[in-house]
Amino acid sequence: MNWPIKRRNGNGSSSNGHIIEMAGITKVYDTGKIKVEALRGIDLRVGKGEFVAVVGPSGSGKSTLLNLVGCLDTPSDGEYRLGGEAVAGLDRDQLADVRNRRVGFVFQNFNLLPQLTALENVEMPLMFGGVGRRERRRRALGQLEQVGLADRVEHRPTELSGGQMQRVAIARALAMEPDIILADEPTGNLDTGSGSDVMSLLGALSEQGRTLVVVTHDQHLARRAHRVVEIRDGVIVNDAPAGR
Amino acid sequence: MGTAMNRRDLTVSWSLFVRASSLQRKRAVLTVAAIAWGTVAILMLLAFGEGLGRQMMRGRLGMGENLAVWWPGETSKVWQGLPTGRPIRPRIDDIEYLRQRLPNERVVGEIHNWQTPFSWARTSRNVLVVGTNAEYGEIRHHFAREGGRFFNTRDEAEKRRVAFFGDELAREVFGDIDPVGQVVDLGGSPFLVIGVLQEKLQMGNYSGPDSAHIVIPITTFAAVFGRQGLSNVVVKVARPELMPEALERFSEALAARFRFDPSDQEVMQVWDTAEGARIMDNIMLGLEIFLGIIGGLTLLIGGIGVANIMYAVVKEKTREIGVQMALGAHRGWITGPFVLQGLAYTLLGGLVGLVIATIIIVLLGLVPVEGNEALEFLGKPTLSWEIAAVTALVLGSIGILAGYFPARRAASIDPAETLRYE
Ligand SMILES: Nc1ncnc2c1ncn2[C@@H]1O[C@H](COP(=O)(O)OP(=O)(O)OP(=O)(O)O)[C@@H](O)[C@H]1O
Ligand SMILES: [Mg+2]
Repeated sequence: MNWPIKRRNGNGSSSNGHIIEMAGITKVYDTGKIKVEALRGIDLRVGKGEFVAVVGPSGSGKSTLLNLVGCLDTPSDGEYRLGGEAVAGLDRDQLADVRNRRVGFVFQNFNLLPQLTALENVEMPLMFGGVGRRERRRRALGQLEQVGLADRVEHRPTELSGGQMQRVAIARALAMEPDIILADEPTGNLDTGSGSDVMSLLGALSEQGRTLVVVTHDQHLARRAHRVVEIRDGVIVNDAPAGR
Repeated sequence: MGTAMNRRDLTVSWSLFVRASSLQRKRAVLTVAAIAWGTVAILMLLAFGEGLGRQMMRGRLGMGENLAVWWPGETSKVWQGLPTGRPIRPRIDDIEYLRQRLPNERVVGEIHNWQTPFSWARTSRNVLVVGTNAEYGEIRHHFAREGGRFFNTRDEAEKRRVAFFGDELAREVFGDIDPVGQVVDLGGSPFLVIGVLQEKLQMGNYSGPDSAHIVIPITTFAAVFGRQGLSNVVVKVARPELMPEALERFSEALAARFRFDPSDQEVMQVWDTAEGARIMDNIMLGLEIFLGIIGGLTLLIGGIGVANIMYAVVKEKTREIGVQMALGAHRGWITGPFVLQGLAYTLLGGLVGLVIATIIIVLLGLVPVEGNEALEFLGKPTLSWEIAAVTALVLGSIGILAGYFPARRAASIDPAETLRYE
């Protein structure tokens, strides 16, 4: 495999500069009667600062892969190191800590907590990370400013547009300054206008040197990535630099 | 897992609780009301039980504790060649004999003189006069009102003409005048009134209530009325369970002295008030357990209500809980607020219930007991520390359980599963 961008060793990456190192990863969903082999042997490395787009037909295993990368779920087999740390054998609370420190999630349907304000939503991971009240507020406000929502901090999700909600979600994903941002079809629920806003925002984050893995059907978004990984039936069938 | 609760766990749980608890108001109100109702029910039931118990106890104490009364009868069994139908007639000097044979019990004899002519100033009427031993005062709870006394062994030994009045009789005869120190005429002899019975609640009695008779030393009685034969004998034991054995020795002593079959029921007509006490104790215990169970079940139903509401909340918030887990929430932080909520609702309901029950009990306390038959029998509902402690304990456990099970469900939520986009 070739890596389009080699980066310096940074915090949270292994000695060879990879944040994600997956080898022989499989995922089998056992629903009693039927077993679904969602992933069948995935080898994937993502370096620090890379912007990877994951594409593939529906049901090919993109979301499953992203969940494993984000430690929301554990693989059936194979080896996985996130930021140089083997995650096999960690219990649920330890995985929660890993997610909190290393991973920022952005979902297709935003998944903001409806009763909380934008600010409180962004504060949530900081609270779980043990950040004190004042610092929490300061950092959450900073992130909301970054995504251009400084004037919406006290709004609740229902008072925001789809694009604004997704930007709050991105601010929340950034709050703990994680090693990696994972987004599953972040523009899937947005109209073209707010979709491209979110795309530019993700592009800007990449330009700041952040590591992103984004599942998308969107050609425009995929084109902003450095690298496109294509999945079919649970295996990677193509892994190449994005043809701009 | 495995990580001990630290300050961060507590603060995170607490902030999640504070955020969550301000949410479903309507549900919270319903739940609190259910628990409050259960608490009122259990408190009222237990309080009435307690009041009834106290009333019973007071009534029982009125006559004296752990007593048995024996009325002599006629023989109904042939014994050592002696015929049936032979009356047994114990006399004053037999009391000393019985006391020797029953050294651990206390024995007094009584002689009754009905329809004794009585006069004082312009009042005259017929009264029941009881001649008895000095120990009767203590055994039969003839405690004197302030300013007076019951007669003592010296009065008895010296055959003094002193009289102790039942309070009701004293009120009727003397009105507002202090009876102590007055000289009255009893069966043609002058008697000095030395004491009046303290008002007491008497439930059981023989030969009429204590409040209506006059008690004099048995020796004086014999001298004035010329009678030696005892109407009845009273035996007192230290504890109720000692009574059967004491009565056995009592019968044997009498049978030996008067020569009759100790198993002769006709001679041995005994009222064992301690037996009543033993039964009453069991009834009261049964009543309390019964009322407690009813109240407890009511609370349990309230607790199930809390748990159900919390289950609904867990179900409704599954996705939010999944999101929180994705963002790094530990399972304990998710369960903490649920347990706290269960406890908070239950305890709040308990507090509301306690206030309502207290108000009801205070209001009932204002209703006069006199002339109200139901209250006179039931006694007033009474709240005790024991009742409060038991209720708090039950409420606390119900609250924790009502939160715990839904919380466990919340903790078992799989974030990957719930966040799958449909
Ligand atoms: N929890 C689960 N239980 C059983 N099967 C599952 C589960 N999650 C995913 N699958 C199955 O695994 C396969 C991969 O699913 P996945 O959600 O990863 O696909 P995807 O590439 O994200 O599809 P889409 O583009 O539609 O989101 C599918 O066949 C799906 O039905
Ligand atoms: Mg998907």
